[in-house]
Amino acid sequence: MNLFCVGLSHHNADVETREHFAGNAETDCALRNSGCVEALLLSTCNRVEIYAASKKRVSTDEIARCLVRDGGSHHFAPAFYRYEDEKCAQHLFRVTSGLDSMVVGETEILGQAKKAYEAARATGAAGRYLHRLFQRAFRVAKQVRTHTEITRGAVSVGSVAVDLARKIFGDLPNCKVLVLGAGETSERTVRALVSHGVADLRISNRSPERAEAVAHAVNGRAVAFEQWLEQCGEIDILITSTSSDVPLLSQEKLAPILRERIDRPLFIIDIAVPRDVAPDVNALDGVYLYDIDSLQSIAEQSLATRREQIAAAEQIISQHVTEFDRMIARGLNCAENASEHPPIGENSLRTSES
Amino acid sequence: MDRYLLIVSTLCFLVAIAHTILEMRGGIFRPMQFNFFAVGLGFIFQTAFLSVRGHALGRCPITNLFEVIVFVAWSIALFYMVVGPAYRLSLMGAFTAPLVVLLQLFALLAPIDKPHRGRLPANSWLEFHASISLVAYGAFALACIAGVMYLVQERQLKTHQLHSIFYHLPPLTDLFAAITRLLWWGFVLYTLGLVSGFFVGEPLPWIQIICAIGVWSLYGLILQGRYLHWFAPKRVAALCIIGFSAALSLLWGITFTARTHTP
Repeated sequence: MNLFCVGLSHHNADVETREHFAGNAETDCALRNSGCVEALLLSTCNRVEIYAASKKRVSTDEIARCLVRDGGSHHFAPAFYRYEDEKCAQHLFRVTSGLDSMVVGETEILGQAKKAYEAARATGAAGRYLHRLFQRAFRVAKQVRTHTEITRGAVSVGSVAVDLARKIFGDLPNCKVLVLGAGETSERTVRALVSHGVADLRISNRSPERAEAVAHAVNGRAVAFEQWLEQCGEIDILITSTSSDVPLLSQEKLAPILRERIDRPLFIIDIAVPRDVAPDVNALDGVYLYDIDSLQSIAEQSLATRREQIAAAEQIISQHVTEFDRMIARGLNCAENASEHPPIGENSLRTSES
Repeated sequence: MDRYLLIVSTLCFLVAIAHTILEMRGGIFRPMQFNFFAVGLGFIFQTAFLSVRGHALGRCPITNLFEVIVFVAWSIALFYMVVGPAYRLSLMGAFTAPLVVLLQLFALLAPIDKPHRGRLPANSWLEFHASISLVAYGAFALACIAGVMYLVQERQLKTHQLHSIFYHLPPLTDLFAAITRLLWWGFVLYTLGLVSGFFVGEPLPWIQIICAIGVWSLYGLILQGRYLHWFAPKRVAALCIIGFSAALSLLWGITFTARTHTP
């Protein structure tokens, strides 16, 4: 049996090309007719890949024809990559572990691969070969995540802010957030906090209409711009992004307010350029000030750490590839594997064998 | 024979430290189950040591500085076993093990295990007073360790230099809550120990009473300062470290005078 993978990803094709080969309703049928005994389509925003098992070799061009979205013939031939047998396993293991992703170590791809596998299993398109391949891939991904720090730290400004807030406050649902200046970046950061359960949101802006609009969009409440400083006594997180030329918050202004709330930390995210908060505010007890540069630097640091972990992850993957290859060479019919076969649907691709 | 149990216990804690160092050098820091298991095993051997020693003495094994130090180390491990999982502070094992090893190594290497001639007279109030005070030391030690963790976390957040350990430390607010609870535990137990001291039925040396009241006042002040907002959490964490260092030094004084006092 020939196990192979054919695909396009962010490495070798732009989004327009990937869109053109995202598959269609007839893809399953077309793959069966082309000679694939088992086949699975993994389609995400960064990749379109077919994992398949066939008795005879199915050409890359035939697979590409099955993937054309509008069902017609493709009039340009992009560089599809093709991996066979252990190279195919190695590629899938790298994909599910997040090593092949645009952001190294991202974990979304694992969920997408699981969904694709479940869908193929439900229709019977994935048989015992793909079952073994994908189950192993999920195991590898879990092991890579557990035994390396490939997923450590946040890699975007919004998620770094959320990570830091959780490191300071633990659970975020009880946190009170004040957004000063309703810009696009602050709105994105607020949305990241909201997705982690923050419910008490106060928006303050020089333009009250804009404050109302953003407050409505994020389910918060607008606060008059003249009152934002008073709010600092109550809030836990302050996000500033105004276009002020001079710092709005200084040590002198904040210190008296902090005396009233000495046992509660204050996390300030200053994403304005020029900065809204004087840097010496960070020296105050219980205040943690992060500007856009420090947030970006942490994101880059996390990404660098993730890259450092690639070698360790590759080592784990290589061990699994060797084991998987040995298992395939032994054949899948031995008794120990029999119990792990997936249920086969009625419209299994394997019915074409008969 | 009982010293071998203590040596094995010390080795268990050393394994926990070695594991932490190896993980940190590899850039991966996962102190969860392994440290808890190693510290747990060390605690079992500590308990076995104290049990064997207690049977031989026919009373609570806190009759000399050696036993007192081991008892404090045992109390620290006990509080870690209780508090660590309850407050999801499993990383505390990585900080607890070095302190326990330090105490036990000192106990094993220093010539302080001087046996008493003859059987000591039983005095249940005295034993209760001494043992409950030493268990309180365990809580103060854990508060000190949580204080160290707080300061490490706080420093990294302030300087924006986030190391591997940062991602495994509990949130600042959780650590501060744990510090407060441990301070309360220690303070209540120590108060019990102090009060029971008045029922021992024999006069205690004045220096011992002054030292004990000094430790009690120090922790009372930290708690008062925490609730009256005199100190920021960072200062409370630092005071926990200073407080335990002072309490440990005074313990030596208390034990020394108690030894000269014990018949």
